[in-house]
Amino acid sequence: MTDTFVQEFEARAGTATADGPEWLEPVRRSAMERFARSGFPTARDEEWRFTPIGPIAQGSWRPATGVAGELGPEQLAPFNFGHPDWTTLVYVNGVFHEALSSVGRLPAGVRVAGLAEMLGSDGALLGRHLTRHAPVEESPFTALNTAFLREGGVVHVGAGVDLEMPVHLLYVTTVEGAGTVAHPRNLIVVERGARASVIESYVSLASGRIYWTNPVSEVAVAAGAWLEHTRIQRESESAFHVGLTQVDQERDSHYRSFSFAMGAALARHNLHVRLNDENIESLMYGLYLTRGEQVADNHTAIYHDQPNCRSWEVYKGILDGRSRAVFNGKVFVKPEAQKTDAKQTNRNLLLSDGARVDTKPQLEIFADDVKCTHGATVGRLDDLARFYARSRGLPAAAAERLLTYAFAAEVVDEVALTPVREELDRLVFERLGSL
Amino acid sequence: MLEINGLRASVGDTEILKGIDLTVNAGEVHAVMGPNGSGKSTLAQVLAGHPAYQVTAGSVRYQGQDLLELEPEERAQAGVFLAFQYPVEIPGVTNAYFLRAAYNEIRKARGLEEVDSIDFLDLLEEKLKLVEWEPEIMSRAVNAGFSGGEKKRNEILQMAVLEPKLAILDETDSGLDIDALRIVAAGVNKLRRPENAAIVVTHYQRLLNYIVPDYVHVLSNGRIVKSGGKELALELEARGYEWLEDAVGAAS
Repeated sequence: MTDTFVQEFEARAGTATADGPEWLEPVRRSAMERFARSGFPTARDEEWRFTPIGPIAQGSWRPATGVAGELGPEQLAPFNFGHPDWTTLVYVNGVFHEALSSVGRLPAGVRVAGLAEMLGSDGALLGRHLTRHAPVEESPFTALNTAFLREGGVVHVGAGVDLEMPVHLLYVTTVEGAGTVAHPRNLIVVERGARASVIESYVSLASGRIYWTNPVSEVAVAAGAWLEHTRIQRESESAFHVGLTQVDQERDSHYRSFSFAMGAALARHNLHVRLNDENIESLMYGLYLTRGEQVADNHTAIYHDQPNCRSWEVYKGILDGRSRAVFNGKVFVKPEAQKTDAKQTNRNLLLSDGARVDTKPQLEIFADDVKCTHGATVGRLDDLARFYARSRGLPAAAAERLLTYAFAAEVVDEVALTPVREELDRLVFERLGSL
Repeated sequence: MLEINGLRASVGDTEILKGIDLTVNAGEVHAVMGPNGSGKSTLAQVLAGHPAYQVTAGSVRYQGQDLLELEPEERAQAGVFLAFQYPVEIPGVTNAYFLRAAYNEIRKARGLEEVDSIDFLDLLEEKLKLVEWEPEIMSRAVNAGFSGGEKKRNEILQMAVLEPKLAILDETDSGLDIDALRIVAAGVNKLRRPENAAIVVTHYQRLLNYIVPDYVHVLSNGRIVKSGGKELALELEARGYEWLEDAVGAAS
């Protein structure tokens, strides 16, 4: 399978699909070489020990090439949070779909565009950021994404600008996308003192179809900037999704992430946040809902490189059937990062006997004057809470649903954007209703 | 309304209730007192259907029904309400949502239509006054981060909304300061009706200054060792529980 990607890469090199600034081609090529050398990770790789990527490595994947059939806004309505007015870039089967996208009115100093278009025009922004945050050494999947980098969304919020309305990057796979792989590449840059809310959605109109999404998002939050970044993964439950979000934060900035996963047969998301200067705040929330044979794997890494920063992380999971979840949370505190305040929590609720969780906090602290805590739990609904709800008249099943919902709601409540929070709330409720 | 005969209950291998007989009629308030470990909270929880306890002998008839046959939710739907000694925190669900869900389940069980959130707010407004609370409390998560007093007040609010026929208050006075005690007791008193009854479980006589009982029962080592009128509570306050325990010890 590795060879297939190399052949495809060579076939593309020098064609129109390989366009972009001059410096990019060698980066792509070296990423391809990196992938060709390593191939896919195996269970012997510590980082991938619990992530059964066999079906991806052994699969045969065609490149995703957009949509041939008719697709209208009404089919996308379920994914727009009731806000067709929000700036939305739509990608269908891996390719930007201009007719379904709407950029709308943006404040001066803001640019939202497809990456493919930007590759041909804005050299300066891409030169500063594209591939500068997510290292290809990070994983073979990142290398592969970089080698085939072309489609994706670019959100650039200029210094001091408040992007009042959220920007939505919406990736849709239709039945025509069955058997394909897409490598979306997003770049979100929030300049000094700017403020923005960006949503990434990976959704499916291809229930039961097998495909593979391999996205990478690079995020730069400049000094004093504020970013809320919501990631919603609702792929087909037969699909594969392996993604990386790589964040760099500068002095006095605030980054707030919410990672929601309920789709895919195998979903892996790495969230890496580097706190490059002082007085930075990073909030990372996550919720995964799995059932059947689904596997949801979250790896987070927080790099406290400088003093006086705060990171706060809460990931929760609700598992049913024979599904599995993996949580690996790394916190690195460098010797100079004194007064670091880091808290990490992973809580899992098992609804069945067959579900399983592997949770591993990993704190590496080299500074002495810090406050770092972590906690992981795997458990069932509290008997006393169940009795309390039943003693108020709620039938057993309704009491369990309510308490399970409550478990999820505690983290969904952290989504600042009300329409998104309400939609996630609804999705959780809907899923619990089917349990 | 309630007829308890020879009730025995255990948790694991430990028998806690060792033959309780108690009859409660509509319109009556019964106080159940006793030292720590006497089984008074167990009695309250067994009546509500707490799954940790196994009933090993005896019967409980409630309005002609076998209460022990009913699931906890069926008891609630039939009008039994337990105000918990330690109300449970449910982060993630608002007080308003939880209480409306309970209210609607009880209505549904009685063949009544469910109420929407707007009608429910109207109903709440009046009930909140009973416990001297502002509506803001309803948008907080159920008991989460509530003080001890707030939790107890919340139990009384739930009781006021759900309008039980038989209210069982399990040490509702414990941990309350005098103001909270007054509010909680006033809430209970305003809900007294000729067709309703209450069992007030308490360690101290103090609560009974506010909620005046018709009968007082003293529980010791899983049995009712003495019953009387409200003056019995005052006697207990003056003399403690030891004399009763000694008397029982001597008799057996």
